[in-house]
Amino acid sequence: MTTISAIEMRGLTKSFGDLAVLRGVDLDVPGGSIVALLGSNGAGKTTIVRILATLIAADAGTATVAGFDVRTHAEEVRRSIALTGQFTAVDEILSGRENLVLVARLRHLKDPGAIADRLLDRFGLTDAAARRVSTYSGGMRRRLDIAMSLIGDPPVLYLDEPTTGLDPEARREVWRAIKDLAGRGTSVLLTTQYLDEAEQLADHIAILHEGRILVEGTLAELKQLLPAATVEYVERQPTLEEVFLAVIGRRDALPDNDHDAVHLGGPSPET
Amino acid sequence: MTTHLIGDTAILTGRSLRHITRSLDTIITTALTPIALMLLFVYVFGGAIHSPSMPGGSYVDYLLPGILLITIASGISYTGFRLFMDMRSGMTERLRSLPIARPSVLWAHVVTSLVGNALSLVIVVLVALAMGFRSGASVLAWLAIAGMLMLFTLALTWIAVIPGLAANSPDGASAFAYPLILLPFISSAFVPTDTMPGPVRAFAEHQPVTSIVDTIRDLYAGQPVGSGIWIALAWCVGITVAAYAGAMVTYRRKTR
Repeated sequence: MTTISAIEMRGLTKSFGDLAVLRGVDLDVPGGSIVALLGSNGAGKTTIVRILATLIAADAGTATVAGFDVRTHAEEVRRSIALTGQFTAVDEILSGRENLVLVARLRHLKDPGAIADRLLDRFGLTDAAARRVSTYSGGMRRRLDIAMSLIGDPPVLYLDEPTTGLDPEARREVWRAIKDLAGRGTSVLLTTQYLDEAEQLADHIAILHEGRILVEGTLAELKQLLPAATVEYVERQPTLEEVFLAVIGRRDALPDNDHDAVHLGGPSPET
Repeated sequence: MTTHLIGDTAILTGRSLRHITRSLDTIITTALTPIALMLLFVYVFGGAIHSPSMPGGSYVDYLLPGILLITIASGISYTGFRLFMDMRSGMTERLRSLPIARPSVLWAHVVTSLVGNALSLVIVVLVALAMGFRSGASVLAWLAIAGMLMLFTLALTWIAVIPGLAANSPDGASAFAYPLILLPFISSAFVPTDTMPGPVRAFAEHQPVTSIVDTIRDLYAGQPVGSGIWIALAWCVGITVAAYAGAMVTYRRKTR
């Protein structure tokens, strides 16, 4: 990547009381790419997102988003970003369309109604547009949530565990939406605790553990950190997820399994 | 940015007012308890309590100011509740991550509280009228009453913001209202204070409800309000300032 960084973090630290959550985080998100921040619960993923969204301040270190310092140019940073938090933040009492119109009006855009209608169409929510969000399924809420983030086309998007709590089908819906976004040039910082999600979506993967980035690179680069791959032939059992998707008639949603015969290391069961 | 503060507050107030219009039960339940108390005190206890020496005409005339304050005290628990739900659902964070005037997130809840409570107060006054409440107050006096009630709502609303921001459960966000609802009982709202024993009387005469109730009673009886109105105003402004400061401290602690 030769483009300017959409996000740059240098030596970010943050403690809550005695608990040091971030202990010096350095990470770049190159413009137009998807970077996955992979880590278990409590690793500090959400804290990073909240600092980058100017919701809380870091104790030390710097962070710039779209070239603006989060500490000194918070207003400009907020103009450049969209946040989809860990818990779908949608107004349950309003309809889907009203939620979108609300954000469009708060961003002071012209013709909020037309913007809402375009996004409803793009995220397959037109039929449910006038219904209260409290009647939506988990997948629909998440799609509405992401649609709300995209209003005003901010160049940088934070997705904080966007598929946590979703069923496999809804998860794939969200993945398609994210891939579509990156295709349009939006820079995405994605946090996840699912390895396959990072593998499916991200150009770069950074592993956050105990408040530090342990490793960072493309999937291929990370795979080189392990011993060389050995080729082995095993009879493939379908995963429960594949069975589930096949049974409910979503064969089109099955993952591409070409690489599944390749295992990293370990003895081969056939020898 | 300050240029957007009023516009953004208006947009967000429109949003939370929809929460009220789509669950009108919050307005009705707010009005229900004060109306029940008013019926109870006028038709059950009233005959025994009321004496000709009490100021005002009928007992409902005497009682109404206190009932109005109880209405406000129970109404603001919904303000705390709505704010808590926004905090828990992540809506507050979503709004704060947008390029808007940040204070508008709280001010929208405050303005909504003023509107919602005004609606409940109108319902209670209409019921009082049906029960025989009459006032010869001038338009100016009624405006003064409305202003006094709004100030009291504002003061209690900023108190409600604190648990709304800090609570860990919906119950915690609204339970703080109960002691406030009881405050008018230990005041001149239901009976004159001069029958109360020493310490109780001292408390009753020096707590905010008594001065506010007496002022409103004088206003709609068309009598001069005297210096009591300044004490009432001082209480309202003082509570508002203190509660606002407390709310800001809580808000900063939550967003650090």
